[in-house]
Amino acid sequence: MTDYDAVIIGAGHNGLVCAGYLAKAGKRVLVVDGRSDPGGCASTREFSAGFHVSDCAQWLSQFDDSIAKELDLKGNGLRLGLPKRTISLQPDSDHLIIDGDTISGAGVNSADQAAYRDFKKMVTSFAKLMTTLYRSRPPKLVEQNWTDRLTLMKLGLGLKLLGRERLRDLMRIVMINIYDVMNEHFSHSALKSTIALDAVTGTNMGPRSPNTVYSYLHRATGEHLGQSGTTQVMGGMGALGQSLAGAAEKCGATLKLGSRVSAITKTDDRVTGITLDSGEAVSAQIVISSADPTTTFRDLLGYDQMETGMAKRVEHYRSRSGTAKLHLALSALPAFKGLEEAQLSQRLVITPSMDGMERALNPMKYRELSTLHTFDISIPTIEDPALAPAGQHVLSAIVHYVPYAPDVGWESGKPQLLNQLISELETYAPGIGELVMASELVVPSDLETSHGMTGGSWHHGELSIDQALMMRPFPGSTQYATGVEGLYLCGAGAHPGGGLQGLPGRNAAKEILKRGAL
Amino acid sequence: MSDVSRDTMLLTTPFHSRVEAMCDLNDWGNWMGYTTPNAYFDVELEYFAIRSTTGVFDLSPMNKYRVTGPDAQRYLDRLITRDVSKIGVNRVGYAIWCDDNGQVMDDGTIFRLGEQDYRICSYQRADDWLAWNTLGFDVTIENESDVVAGLAVQGPTSCTVLTLLGCTDLNQLKPFGIAHYTFEGRPMMVSRTGFTGDLGYEVWVPPESAEALWDQLFELGRDYLIKPIGSHALELARIEAGFLQANVDFMPAEEVVRVGRTRSPFELGLGWLVDFKKPLFNGRSALLKEQEKGSRYRFAMLDVEGNKPAEHSFILKGDKQVGTVTSAAWCPTAKANIAYAQIEMPHGAVGDELVAEIYYQRELHWTRLLAPCKVIDAPIFKSPKRWQTPAPPH
Repeated sequence: MTDYDAVIIGAGHNGLVCAGYLAKAGKRVLVVDGRSDPGGCASTREFSAGFHVSDCAQWLSQFDDSIAKELDLKGNGLRLGLPKRTISLQPDSDHLIIDGDTISGAGVNSADQAAYRDFKKMVTSFAKLMTTLYRSRPPKLVEQNWTDRLTLMKLGLGLKLLGRERLRDLMRIVMINIYDVMNEHFSHSALKSTIALDAVTGTNMGPRSPNTVYSYLHRATGEHLGQSGTTQVMGGMGALGQSLAGAAEKCGATLKLGSRVSAITKTDDRVTGITLDSGEAVSAQIVISSADPTTTFRDLLGYDQMETGMAKRVEHYRSRSGTAKLHLALSALPAFKGLEEAQLSQRLVITPSMDGMERALNPMKYRELSTLHTFDISIPTIEDPALAPAGQHVLSAIVHYVPYAPDVGWESGKPQLLNQLISELETYAPGIGELVMASELVVPSDLETSHGMTGGSWHHGELSIDQALMMRPFPGSTQYATGVEGLYLCGAGAHPGGGLQGLPGRNAAKEILKRGAL
Repeated sequence: MSDVSRDTMLLTTPFHSRVEAMCDLNDWGNWMGYTTPNAYFDVELEYFAIRSTTGVFDLSPMNKYRVTGPDAQRYLDRLITRDVSKIGVNRVGYAIWCDDNGQVMDDGTIFRLGEQDYRICSYQRADDWLAWNTLGFDVTIENESDVVAGLAVQGPTSCTVLTLLGCTDLNQLKPFGIAHYTFEGRPMMVSRTGFTGDLGYEVWVPPESAEALWDQLFELGRDYLIKPIGSHALELARIEAGFLQANVDFMPAEEVVRVGRTRSPFELGLGWLVDFKKPLFNGRSALLKEQEKGSRYRFAMLDVEGNKPAEHSFILKGDKQVGTVTSAAWCPTAKANIAYAQIEMPHGAVGDELVAEIYYQRELHWTRLLAPCKVIDAPIFKSPKRWQTPAPPH
């Protein structure tokens, strides 16, 4: 008799979702995490006395609606803020406002407005199609399996229903880059770069990189699954973690926080449990890892415990992000040129033109600090004042084009980059620097340490076609099983990938139950 | 005189000056990038030197990799399909290695030189694959191909000749054993291994000793009718003795580009080299699946009627083509017409009667021959001398 039916490594959102579904099915589940709070990237942290911030993910837009209902996250205390518009800040203060499929401001002409509506329609139709794939295990193409055939048939039908023109569009654009697609559809520079920002944030890419259309569609699919619009979580993103933990525990799962897994244990030819940092061993019929594939296979299992071809694939797996987090504790609400106070609670975006974004990629590629960045800004304290002392505010920004390991080193690089970022903000919010009481720059390597994500990659591995669907994370370890008997994946490194979606966790649980692995 | 200092595309071995001097036919081939003789003076006579006296074959082009470090044994155990711990110090083991799909990449021999000190001798260059295999292991891999020269000294008088060379008590060395000697002040390793199925040895020396070794061997062996042998004669001997040849009888998995052209150990009749008791080795899970689901092909040794070698023949069962021949030869000692074939399952079991569709040409006239053949269960040439210790005097 093993200690548990399943041990889940990592109490991130996917680990907790997986635990919830397995426990609901009557399985004895233990979730282990080295962090003291549940949620993983859905976390809130006091980064300066009295100032709390969602220190990894800051927007909830993709969390699968059906999971939220099935696990009763509302009943477990999850409260969402209001849906946000996206306001793309312009140097001349004539800002571009995107609200659903409507755009205004920044002198966008009616042709671009119409083109944007068409574009959104197209993207929504693709997202609907991808939903079929995202809500099931990724079908293998060559094996004679009815579950996979059914998914493929549904997909085929969906493709057929797209109509000839849309199908042609999909086939044509999915392998190219967002830069070309934007230029095909729009003429307005800021409109193009604002959309392109969603294709590159969280990746190691620029708008002209291949796979950026796929990463954009991934995000769009998430938003289609989420149906919540872009929102903030009241209490910070950690509250999502808390509600998921509550749901999993109510279903009967056991959580063991503050205990780091040091190794996945293999006995003979299968995984039989885990060992904790304390030396304590826990046995289980299967181990399910929501850690990223590199951490799972290289660090916890060990290359000497798998066949060489698999070790080679892990080594080749691309997992690096150029995205950092900037956290500012502000003594007062900052003033942004051309924005009313009420608009400050929206999603504020700063981006250079697409060419500028591509130029910003170059130094990042060559381990240098860039002088251009994109910002995706949230001031959560407007809607949720409890996150900061009265009258004071938190600004949280997702900043792209930050190198993983700059040649100058982070000790001198960080203060330099922090000044650079604040001066970029000053262009749009003059005087903001003077309001800063405390600041924190969380670079990709910090995220790697704090949240255990190799390369600081939020997606647990670059979202590109060669690492997606039936090839996620890599051939031989797909459909949530791995090349090692008794070891499964349920994190963002498994299909359908990253973002606060919860689908890898749910799909993994369903697949494990269906296979009769437990 | 040839200009040996010229930079040529093919490399030469440390024995080249001597090989060239004795290669009366001047018939050269390209063996994995090295200039090697196809035949020295007469293929049949060379072959009979192997079977009746002593044949010397330059096997320096074989790839040699030294594996050392605390994890050397564990490393090899994951690499190859058999249990490495069963190879004792100063012993040699025949081995194959597979990719993750359980498809054979190469075969070779593993020399255990110390507790955690091994040498892999392989047909294929394996630097890349061996390097990938080091992930997660504390081992060092050194390519010794250029610093170890080798001669196969094979045949009934081989032990006597080598004893004259100074290999004291060599006749006590068991098959697959290793003995260490000194030759002109440099180390000389002798293993009782070979590719001919008879009594025979492989002699390993630093390249600096190569020419002197060759000279002394041929000097001391003159009375024992020592002869150099080329690759054609060796080919005859190995087919007769039941040895497979990479790139001939199977395609190394890493070189294959077309789907379905690779082979598993079971499909090559090498299932006996697969030890599922080991919890982990490359190809294990795929091979377990294959064992469960069945293989696609079967390796068959065919005894073919008549004396026309069934080279490149189709193998038929009734009217249906069920396989193809990979190696074939009229074997002079066994006096049998032998072919190795890949036969589609379920055909090709021992005793199965098949037909080889042989095409041969005499004076530009092609003849098609349908030769009945039978699947046999063991190599046709069996020399008791191969296994006897002490090595029998001739």
